[in-house]
Parts: sequence; structure tokens; C-alpha cells
Amino acid sequence: MSSEEIFEPKIVAFVCNWCTYAGADLTGTSRLKYATNVKIVRFPCTGRIDFLLLLKSFAQGADGIIVSGCHPNDCHYTSGNFHARRRWIAFRSILDMMGVDVRRVQYSWVSAAEGSKWADLVNNTVADIRALGPYTDYQKVADYLEKEVQDGEA
Amino acid sequence: MEKLRERAAAILADGTVSLVIGYEEGTKRPRPLFCHDGESARKLIFDSRCFHNLAVYLTKKELVGNGRFAVTATISTLRSIMQLYVENQLSEDKLLILTVDLSGTLREFVTFDEISAYVEQFELKRSEREQAILTRIEGMTREERWNFWQEEMSHCFKCYACRSACPLCYCTKCVVEVNRPQWINPWPAPVANMEWHINRAMHMVGRCTACGACGDACPVGIPIDLITRKMMEDMAPEFGYIPGLPVKKGNALSTWKLDDREQFIR
Amino acid sequence: METKYISKSGIEQWFKSIVDSGKRVYAPVNSRDQIEFKRVKNLSEVADEYVQTTQSIKASVYPKAEVLFSYEKEHGKVHLTDFNPDSIPETVLWKVHPCDAAGFKPLSAIFNWDSPDKLHNAHVQKTSVISFSCAMADESCFCTSVNGSPGNLAGSDIQLTMLPDGGAIAEIVTPKGEALVALSPTVFEADKGEDKTKYLVDLPARFSLEEVNAKLNKAFNSTVWKEQSERCIGCGACAFVCPTCACFDIQEDVHGSTGRRIRCWDACGFGLFTLHTSGHNPREHQSQRWRQRLLHKFSYMPARLNVVGCTGCGRCSRACPVDMNILEHITSIAEQ
Repeated sequence: MSSEEIFEPKIVAFVCNWCTYAGADLTGTSRLKYATNVKIVRFPCTGRIDFLLLLKSFAQGADGIIVSGCHPNDCHYTSGNFHARRRWIAFRSILDMMGVDVRRVQYSWVSAAEGSKWADLVNNTVADIRALGPYTDYQKVADYLEKEVQDGEA
Repeated sequence: MEKLRERAAAILADGTVSLVIGYEEGTKRPRPLFCHDGESARKLIFDSRCFHNLAVYLTKKELVGNGRFAVTATISTLRSIMQLYVENQLSEDKLLILTVDLSGTLREFVTFDEISAYVEQFELKRSEREQAILTRIEGMTREERWNFWQEEMSHCFKCYACRSACPLCYCTKCVVEVNRPQWINPWPAPVANMEWHINRAMHMVGRCTACGACGDACPVGIPIDLITRKMMEDMAPEFGYIPGLPVKKGNALSTWKLDDREQFIR
Repeated sequence: METKYISKSGIEQWFKSIVDSGKRVYAPVNSRDQIEFKRVKNLSEVADEYVQTTQSIKASVYPKAEVLFSYEKEHGKVHLTDFNPDSIPETVLWKVHPCDAAGFKPLSAIFNWDSPDKLHNAHVQKTSVISFSCAMADESCFCTSVNGSPGNLAGSDIQLTMLPDGGAIAEIVTPKGEALVALSPTVFEADKGEDKTKYLVDLPARFSLEEVNAKLNKAFNSTVWKEQSERCIGCGACAFVCPTCACFDIQEDVHGSTGRRIRCWDACGFGLFTLHTSGHNPREHQSQRWRQRLLHKFSYMPARLNVVGCTGCGRCSRACPVDMNILEHITSIAEQ
């Protein structure tokens, strides 16, 4: 990639079925334009999004991640998002300790009525990740077998 | 120590317990000992060199059987036992806890509240080693932390001694043994190793009592105990608990509060 | 076999000529308070004054994880890319202990017992071993009890015995060793007739293999396994630091229509190791897994492969989180 070319980050979005997915749907039906860098994965609830999926995304080439669901008190299952929020607090702390770039994981609440918020969220996240550049730190160790990182020969 | 041996022999002889798990002299340092009779109880020792967290054996049915058993416990072991009580992995009518306090007096506990009252006197502080390494890590930039852990992770060969030594890793089927889907790559590689250690830390949120058994057990000297240690220290103010002092009000990740911090959520 | 003398400066020159030849050189290095084999470029990086590296050199001929083959599916066809033995670079292992070098024989015996193992054999073929005889030992060492010795030549291509003047007695054992000598032939001087044994650590044998073997042959149903293994927490530390443990797992790494099959280390001490799909586990308890570990090394391998599965390096005893001391356990079986 030449330096003049704009870096197009790969972003994976993990969203809940009831709010953010519906919100993203509204973005489309409202004819709002937003960045195409995002690949959406639909979950029943933010409470169901396993933190390992986020790590797997990085390992398989994602430069940024969006995790989004219902606003507090709006959860279809009453408390799934509250549980998720606690998990994110812990996960962020552990990631930061390990030196993983927590700025690359963007959490959000987007309701089914917030089509424009979803467009903003994606656009802003894409801009943020574009500024950070590709997540090569992670990707270059993710597939080590051919690279002999093991023997101190990275 | 003599009193501990006598008491252990006595409760084995009168049938109060069928097993006493304690420490004996090992090759270089004390090691775990399983006493089934008064004779083996003579080998028991208990001093500041005893570092194993014997709580790890208490959830193994094939070792402790169905009867009542006793364990000699260090402060770290007591903390783990409290957490195991909270998680309903131990029952108070099956366990007798022996310990020797700082004045050399033999103490016995059975209930969560008895242990709690005793353990409360001991503040959980970073050891010199923990302080030294954590200060170093806390002074690093994020990139330096990444490089530090990647170097450490490159030595991990997935023997899972960390998991085996942890009293709170009592799952009969661990996530690394789940292969549909294969969550964590079974082969050792820096990222696969890191995924495992992040996963372990996540499963310890609100549960780890910072006994350091995982770090002690690591044959290649990775300071893995500090991942959970740091997590525990960071999470205590978030979720309102005192590090190393389990409470009965529910695990950090299975409960929640309306006003949990969320300034990082857009 | 030829015996030569090499001076201190000669060793330095020879080492440099090996590195300069383009071969990868691995040697014990002290980093993070551990002595481990690492790739080195200078003799000054090599660790001194230690008894044993934490890990053995097993990984050089049996990597922790290795791709057996990779594949790609396209339009209903499968393209296979097999392991290529030529992809293995020439490697020299410097300052290997005789107990590590001796581990190559049992490893190769396991990997070739039914059909030749292409991968392992390719690694062995590309690897040259320069061992250093042992002047130090600790309470976990017992090579002399398992057919070894601090100056054992088995598995070595060249063995150096360090002398007080900083030079060494060089025993050139194999053609591979001769090839290494040929990189810097002038530094190898005529043998000074020094007695090598003077410079070896004295390590009396602790048990007799024959006695142990005889006892083990009758010990399958003994209670000794349960007694010894009560404190075993079932990790794989002993197996992974062992120079001869060869248990492996075969794993599939699939991404869409491409994938690779990977062989990685496993350990008989893990409960999962023998777990069947049905849920049945023939080695359900840790005591059975401990029995398997000892019997495999001291009974099954001698009987079936004609080689002892232990070289007495003592690593498992040092690495064990709960002090499962193999020497102590074997001695107690021999004395029963």
C-alpha cells in the first residue's frame, strides 16, 4: 500500500439482535450513508458476546471492533447488557495489562430507533481506527507457525 | 508444630476425619502431604516456607472421598477456601481447617464466618516480587507491555500447571478442552498462549484471591499470577470488594449494579 | 572416534566459524532468570555455571507445534502441500548436556517404531550436537542410574570436556562431528593425553535399572501409584520439559476452504489425553496416569524399543510444582 492510499480498516461489529441490529437496519431504511468497513455479526444479546470472539477477530485480521447493544434498562432479556457491561470493564482492564490496544474496541449502546447514531458510531470508529493504522502488532504474531517467533527469531 | 501433629493424629485416630492434607519436607521446599493415619501425621510440618495452596485438592473427589477431611491452611489457602464456600464447592460439614497462627497457637475453623473473622486481620499486600514486577509493568507504555507479555508468552508451552495449581480452576471440563468450536488453539504459540491467559484471567474476575499458586507452578517462570493480581486490584474498586476477602453476596460477573462505570461506552 | 585438544581461543574461533557457515546455532542462554536454549550469534551469549536448562533440547527435533501438511479446497478438489524436509535449516546445538543428547535415541525410537517419521527424521538429519560433559550436578541428577554418565557420548556428534586452562578435550564421535571440525580444522590440536574422567562430576548410581524393571513388571496393580501420585495436580510440566516424552496431539487449523494439520505436544498426565468420545476414560484417575508415565519410561520402552525412556536429567523433578521427585519415587519402588 502506498502512503497516498487511504487505509481502509477492517472492522467487525458484534451487535445484539433487538436494539443495535434493528438500529443498523433503520440506518439503511432511512437511506443514511455510512462507511462500508464494518462487518456485522448478530447476537441474541450483548450478554451472549464472548470476549474470546473479540480476540479471534483481531487474530484473523480485524483492525477494530465495535460491540453494541441495548441501552441500560432496555435489554430484551432485562439484564443481559448489565452483565455484559461488567464483563467489558474487566476485559478492558485485562487487555490493557497485556498491552492489547483497547482503543480498537469501541463499546456502544444503540437502540432500534437510533439509525443515525449507528451511522455516526461506525463513521467515527472507522476514522479513529484509520488514525491508529492497521493492527499489525497483533496480526504478525497471530499466525506464528511459519515465522518461528518461538525461537526468538521473529 | 508438635501440637498440629498430635491433633492431626488424634482426629485421624478417633475417626473425626479420614484424611489430613498438610505439608511435609520436600526435596528443596515443603510439599503437600496426604495423611491417612497417625504415623504419616508425624511427618507434618507447618511454617512460613509452606507455600502450596492446598485448597486445590479439596474439590477433587477422587482424593477426598465422601467423608470428612481436614486441611492445614495458610492465609492464602484460607482465602481460597472462603471463595470455594461462596461458590458452593465445599460444605462446612465435610471440612475441618487447621492452622497455626503467628503466636504459634493451633487454631481450628469450620465455618465461613470463623475463617472470615480470622483472615480479616491480614491485609492482602503485594509481595516484594509482585511489587517489583508490577511497578515495572505499570511504568511501561502500552507497546512495551505488549512486547513484555509477548516475550513471556513465547515461553509458555501450555502445560497448564497454572490451571492445575489453582484452587478455583475446578471445572471438570475446561474451556481449552472444548473443541466444538475449538475456542483456544491447543498448540503453544504467542497469541494462542495469550488467549489462554486472558481467558483464565476473565474466568477469575471477582474470584481470584491472589494466592500466587499459578505463578509458583509455572515451570518456565512466567509471572502469570500478576495478570490476575492486577485484574483483582483494578476490579476491587469497580465492583466494591476488598481484594482477597471473599463475600457471600455473589460473584462480580454474575451480579451488576445500575450505576456500574460506563464512561468508555459511546 | 578421534580425540583432539582445542584451546580457549580455538574454541572461540571454531564457534565463530560455525556461526559464519550459516548454520543456526542454539545454545543455553540466561534470560529472565531461566537458562534456555536460544539462537545465538556470539559465544559471549552462552550461559555459564548452571546445572541444567529448564527445558530440554527436544524441541529442536520435535517442535512444540509443527505443520504436517496444509491443504486448500477448490471446486471440489483438494490441493495438498506436504511437509518439505528441505525446509529444515541446518542446525547446531551447542553446549548440550550428555543426558539431553542421549534423549535423541529414545525419541527417535518412538517416532520410528512402526513407520519412519518424516518430520522428526528430517530434523535429526539436519541437527548436529556438540555436547559438553558435566562438571556439575545437583540432587535431581541421576544419569548414572539409567545407563548414562556425565561424559556419555550417546547422541553427541562432538563432545567437549572443559579443562582448567579454558581449552577442552574434543571427542569427535560421528561424521557430522567431523564436518563441524572441518569448518576450522587448524584449531584442533593433537590430544594431550589428559584423562577426561578427572574433569567429570562424580555421580554415584542411585538404583539399578534391572531391579526397577523387575519390580515394575509386577507393580501394575500396586497401591504405590496412588500413594505416590496423591499430590500430583495433573499438569503437563514434567512431560514438556522431558527430553524423551513424545506424546503428541494432532490438530486441525481450518480457515474456510484452507487448513493445515498440526502436530503439537501433549502429555499423558492430562486427563483429556485418553478421554474417549463416548465419555469413557481408560485412565480416569491421576494415579493411573502417573503409573503410565513411569511404566512407559522404565518398563514398556525397554521391553518394546530396547531403550530406557529416561536419561536422568532430573528436569521433571525440578519443574514439578508439587515436587513429584522421579528419582525418589523410582528409588522407593526399587527398594520395595
